[in-house]
Amino acid sequence: MSATLKVHVDPDKCQGHARCKALAPELFDLDEYGNAHEHGDGRVPAGLEDKAWLAKANCPEIAIDVIEE
Amino acid sequence: MSDSAHALPDSDRVLPEHPPVTDWVHDFDHTDPRWIEDPFPIWDELRATCPVVHTKRFQGCYLPTSYQAVKQIAHDTEHFSSRRIIVRDERPEIQKNAAPPITSDPPEHKSAKQLLLPPFTPDAMKKLEPRVRAICNELIDEFISDGQCDAAARYTKHVPVRTICHMLGIPEKDGDLFINWIHMILELSIKDEGMLKQAVQEMTAYFAAHIEERKQRPSDDLITTLMRAKGKDGQPLDDTHVLGSLRLLLIAGIDTTWSAIGASLWHLAKTPADRERLVSEPELMPTAVEELLRAYSPVTMAREVMKETTIAGCPVKPGNMVLLSFPAANRDPAVFPDAGKIVLDRKSNPHAAFGLGIHRCIGSNLARMEMTVALQEWLKRIPNFWLDPAGKVTWSEGTVRGPRQLPILFEKAT
Repeated sequence: MSATLKVHVDPDKCQGHARCKALAPELFDLDEYGNAHEHGDGRVPAGLEDKAWLAKANCPEIAIDVIEE
Repeated sequence: MSDSAHALPDSDRVLPEHPPVTDWVHDFDHTDPRWIEDPFPIWDELRATCPVVHTKRFQGCYLPTSYQAVKQIAHDTEHFSSRRIIVRDERPEIQKNAAPPITSDPPEHKSAKQLLLPPFTPDAMKKLEPRVRAICNELIDEFISDGQCDAAARYTKHVPVRTICHMLGIPEKDGDLFINWIHMILELSIKDEGMLKQAVQEMTAYFAAHIEERKQRPSDDLITTLMRAKGKDGQPLDDTHVLGSLRLLLIAGIDTTWSAIGASLWHLAKTPADRERLVSEPELMPTAVEELLRAYSPVTMAREVMKETTIAGCPVKPGNMVLLSFPAANRDPAVFPDAGKIVLDRKSNPHAAFGLGIHRCIGSNLARMEMTVALQEWLKRIPNFWLDPAGKVTWSEGTVRGPRQLPILFEKAT
């Protein structure tokens, strides 16, 4: 039984590289300036865990947290 | 074809000589022919010696060589200013509204950047994509029957030029003018300040006419968007700000993507395994584009040291410039295992090709889309190509690195 994951984008760190949106479009949304935030409450649906970690690993600003609940 | 008239001459013919570099650690020079031809071993050598090296050339300049040092400087707008973003022999006078927001520091930076961001989101790029796909195919149509081409002069150069013209709402045929101005500003001006002034004057006159035209007849293009934008005081931008931002879009939007597409085709032309893999596994394109951006990042920026500080343990003093080499950072093995190797499906790739911190490239989504489409359309129609052994690949020098001559032989797709 694996833990539930949540993603969170730190808005002060995000600079709008949009790598997370490209890699995990289900987990992130972009605002009108192209800056990212987590989709909904950030909860990662089962099966998308790898995408959450991938988004974190590719964020050049280290703006993404993946939290295990 | 007017390409030959605008072909960029070899750098060593147009630029006054700097003395050759014999000691890269204490006397580096990014205009040295060795750096231009193959900078990667130089960066590796410097990185192994010190995370920040210094040269007395260019009136004093530092070079951070590790990802960490580059990142620290890019994030530090207190000690490092963006008022000068090109390392030159001279330090031209600071111009107000030179090219906002790339030449802006906080607090002016944020509002200048925000008004340019909405037209460049990934969604906005999706709408532009069909036109870019058509541009690529129009270009390929012109040389597909020849079995050979200079891909830099016939293809990679024109994709971003025509695209940015389309976005700005100016004739795509004016692209050759822009290519010439960009060459003057980014390359010739490193050693000849007059070139910078001349190019800026000519560009300003060109865009001033387009602004006047839109005052009479507004359009739905990017020039009109900028003219309608409001600054942080709620007032429309003054003409110098609009002109500065237009200069930025043109300069930053062309040379850079030209270089990125060119370096990608160059890599694929000389690396059959990667070329074949990308043809047979087109779903790899997104990670391949990121990897090519990492390994052959075209853009090196600059900062000016405003206050004394320490970077990665090295003291850094005001009065000096900083050559902010995102390309060198992206080859740092501390962050990228097998940094010198191109891995088309690299999983963890937080590269800094579009910069780090508040100055993240506004056009990054545009560049990615153009690269993706230009490579897809090329590979569809020209899956089998290689470097022409009788030709010579030449590279631009200075702030933006990419092939300026890329002679290629190919077979058409059957």
